[in-house]
Amino acid sequence: MPMAPTALAAQIAFDTPMDWSPLWISLETSFTATLVTLVAGLAAAVWRERHTGPAMAFVDGICLLPLVLPPTVVGFFLLLLFGHNGPLGKLLLRLGATVVFSWPATVIAASVVAFPLMYLTARAALEQVDSRYLEAARTLGASEWRVFWGVALPLAWPGVLAGTILAFARALGEFGATLMLAGNIPGKTATIPIAIYFAVEADDVQRAVGWCLADVAISLALLGGLYYWTHAHGRARWDRH
Amino acid sequence: MSLEVQIEKKLPEFTLDVSFTADSTPLSILGPSGAGKTMLLRSIAGLERGARGRIALNGRALLDTENRVLVPARSRRIGILFQQFALFPHRTVAENICFGLQKLPRDQQARRLADVLERTHISGLGERYPRQLSGGEQQRVALARALAVEPEALLLDEPLSALDSHLRSQMEMQLQETFLAYRRPALLVTHNIEEAYRLSEQILVLSRGRVAALGAKDAIFRRPGSLEVARLTGCKNFSRARAISEHVVEALDWGCQLRVAQSLAGPVAHVGIRAHQLDFVEAGTEQENVFPCRLVRSAETPFRITLYLCLDRAPGESGEIPRVDLQAEVFKEKWQRFRDQPLPWHLRLAPESLFVMPD
Repeated sequence: MPMAPTALAAQIAFDTPMDWSPLWISLETSFTATLVTLVAGLAAAVWRERHTGPAMAFVDGICLLPLVLPPTVVGFFLLLLFGHNGPLGKLLLRLGATVVFSWPATVIAASVVAFPLMYLTARAALEQVDSRYLEAARTLGASEWRVFWGVALPLAWPGVLAGTILAFARALGEFGATLMLAGNIPGKTATIPIAIYFAVEADDVQRAVGWCLADVAISLALLGGLYYWTHAHGRARWDRH
Repeated sequence: MSLEVQIEKKLPEFTLDVSFTADSTPLSILGPSGAGKTMLLRSIAGLERGARGRIALNGRALLDTENRVLVPARSRRIGILFQQFALFPHRTVAENICFGLQKLPRDQQARRLADVLERTHISGLGERYPRQLSGGEQQRVALARALAVEPEALLLDEPLSALDSHLRSQMEMQLQETFLAYRRPALLVTHNIEEAYRLSEQILVLSRGRVAALGAKDAIFRRPGSLEVARLTGCKNFSRARAISEHVVEALDWGCQLRVAQSLAGPVAHVGIRAHQLDFVEAGTEQENVFPCRLVRSAETPFRITLYLCLDRAPGESGEIPRVDLQAEVFKEKWQRFRDQPLPWHLRLAPESLFVMPD
């Protein structure tokens, strides 16, 4: 006698108690990494906007490198940097902290990989702000701080927001660098993509499919939210007729 | 109240090299496109790097290259009005105007806001966003925003050129009213001669980065010191000239001798007269500088007509296409009166309207 779908799900859940930790780890990591990237990417974009010269090509190159390199290479570099013999690793060890194979490592890996997307979109968005608005603000006595927070950022905000969503999406899908730096420690560093990889490895197809569907659901929700935000609610009040 | 400017700045095509002092009456900066007008204004406001020299506003140095003084734009207390308004699109009219008033207490902000809204006749628009306003309203908001911070000088960069003609004349009246009440240095950049004349007392003519003329508007329009200034202030009639005696020149291109009111002490290279100062008189009038002329062609504007004229040098000579010597601009009512009179007409170049130029 065929079982109803809910009963089937209950049966599976009963057989292998569902471990939801990859979902929470993934979301926590992605949100934290997005926040880190937003601040760092925006700061870098603002700094870069005010500096010109031949050295800047090098700065741009470094900022975009994580986008170009395979994530495993990025992860390997991070491992060298944060390992027990790496410069940052030694420094942190002296402070009594180990980054490698810990939850912060997932955040670092995701942040570094997502950073170029944020940096690129934030720069493009800031460059598109008409400089006359900034000049008008200055002649009205505004400090550079206020010019940025009161004029440049609000006008660049739609672009910056798009960059934030891209960065979140990239962080959510991060696999290679995370595996290199944070490993696969269930309940600690195992994010959804890593859980999928190891489920497939262990021939646990059902679990792999489940996480894949979860990933699709999160991504669709994200894109749907983005669409809703930009098309229905996206235009700021001042931008509507 | 004074704004002293003495600056030099290298531009791709030429060097901007300007000195002048503006008092509390409006000064128009007139010049063709690309003369450096906008660059001059931006340098004074502190929005351009690389200007050298000295700028002082009411004795306070804003730029002094020798003494390494460079005051940033935010501390110059100079208001600026852009051609494209540059209102913050994400802020309401009231928020735009209060942008520069952050340091004032709330009640004072509100008072200033109400005051400038009234002075620019936009009292009902405080809650609107810039894109909900017409061009004229937007420029009024920009003016209100600039006035709200009570700047010590006001710079206007072609403030009317983005407006259509109706809004333009309304905004011009607004500026006139504002200047009357403002009584601080105000510089108006424009390439519209009539606008410059109507809105200011002093005129500075800028050409390729240099001051070609500077002074009271009447003097500049009546006696432009050079061919260039005459052209830039809208003069259409020129002839190469040679001094004959103290008050008589020979106009080589027009083929006639002219008495001029101006004393011919210095060198004389050209003589000129403005199109609207040419006068038509009855034949046989016993006056100086009256010459027979023929109409070559004409062009009309709604109220005036421009007549392209050829002086009758050798009566009877015909067949070839006559060359245009002079153009006269007259109101149509006047033209109705003599249009049907037989040719040649008699043109009078009044001695006091003629001016000679040394170059």
